Amino acid sequence: MRNVRLIARMDIKGKNLIKGVHLEGLRVIGSPQEYAQKYYEAGIDEIIYMDAVASLYGRNNLSHIVEETAKGVFVPMTVGGGIRSIDDAHHLLRSGADKVAVNTAAIANPMLITDIARRFGSQCMVLSIEAKQVGPDRWEAYTDNGRERTGLDVMDWVRQGVSLGAGEILLTSVDKEGTRKGFDIELVRAVTSLVNVPVIASGGMGKADDLPVVVNQGGADAVAMADILHFNRTSLADIKLAAQQAGLGVRKFSHE
Amino acid sequence: MNNVLLVDYGLGNLFNVKRALEHCGAEVRVSADPDEIGQADKILLPGVGAFADGMREIRRLGIDHALRHAAAAGSPLLGICLGMQMLLDESEEYGSSEGLGLISGKVAAIPQTDSDGQALKIPHIGWNELVMPEGRTCWTGSLLSTTAPGTAFYFVHSFMAQPSSPSHRVADCHYGHHAVSAVIARDNVMGCQFHPEKSGEAGLSILRRFIAQ
Repeated sequence: MRNVRLIARMDIKGKNLIKGVHLEGLRVIGSPQEYAQKYYEAGIDEIIYMDAVASLYGRNNLSHIVEETAKGVFVPMTVGGGIRSIDDAHHLLRSGADKVAVNTAAIANPMLITDIARRFGSQCMVLSIEAKQVGPDRWEAYTDNGRERTGLDVMDWVRQGVSLGAGEILLTSVDKEGTRKGFDIELVRAVTSLVNVPVIASGGMGKADDLPVVVNQGGADAVAMADILHFNRTSLADIKLAAQQAGLGVRKFSHE
Repeated sequence: MNNVLLVDYGLGNLFNVKRALEHCGAEVRVSADPDEIGQADKILLPGVGAFADGMREIRRLGIDHALRHAAAAGSPLLGICLGMQMLLDESEEYGSSEGLGLISGKVAAIPQTDSDGQALKIPHIGWNELVMPEGRTCWTGSLLSTTAPGTAFYFVHSFMAQPSSPSHRVADCHYGHHAVSAVIARDNVMGCQFHPEKSGEAGLSILRRFIAQ
């Protein structure tokens, strides 16, 4: 049985872990390193760091936080936000990231996907997509935390991104993000039935029972969680238990 | 002796392996120098990427002879992910290319479908549990001597090692009902397909056992 991957998604502004609604209306939560360490010790499968203000500064500013986190967190780390070149990716990988998530720069220059995949392997190249519903079964790709529209149809973009070398897709529903109303199941299902690379569902997890729905009905391979963990609404142990009770495999974890 | 030589042949994420080894108490030296590698007490061969690219760089730098020399002299050698696959004779990734030949066998693609004919996601990414390969009853004396069967480790790969001798197969994992080599070993030459540096405490304990050898 395949284990569903449970990922803590941490949006960062400056030195702080933050959380917003629909990727906006940001609220400071605390030190990213401390939260990452806490989740690692509780048995999280992966960590995602997103620089929430990268577009403002035109670059990713997380390398120091990544470096500090990597000293004590030994699970895969994906870093995204403001990655515009091979050099940006390399710098973050040196700092301790295992994968980079690229959105805006890939839309501006799709060949960046191929360049990163060729240089570091496709497993390293996560295509980050911010999807907003624009009609029945139609979603548009956005950039800049769901503020800027691109005119790109999400399904066309997913297909192109994978053919260019993306090894994984981080699929964020701008509509559901921060609402705690559950994932956009139709969006996730549309993407997972389109391509054969792993898809991380992100945005909307409000309770433990939301997880088995997006895996069983949406076909998600992994689930990104923010709000539910950061505000300690439900423990990771309870989330795993809910997944197991719904018949899903999760990584068994002990403190030994 | 807690000195580990980490082979730098330009591929893969050395930094995370180095950090994890140091966290486990090793003195790490990063080197591409064949003389240093040939005389190292303990060698770790990391690797992410394509088999042919990795072997080309290793040959270009003259590291292949050094690794064979060190292995023959009895130095513990651990290959991780692509580093493990390169220990074998050859790979069918993008045609056929020759490996280090330290463990006999080949590297083949993970089948595209499971045993029921359903499409499998490739690469195999995620946490998967180790099991005893058919015919093996314990992990005593191996890197897994204190690992419980069923412990999960983090895998990212599209190709898999197929040692010719079942005795070199230490642990498998199952993907789409296929048995996939997870740990292989022949005397002092060892490999793990998963990333111990990214597999939490379970992975670090494997690195500690390697360092203590």
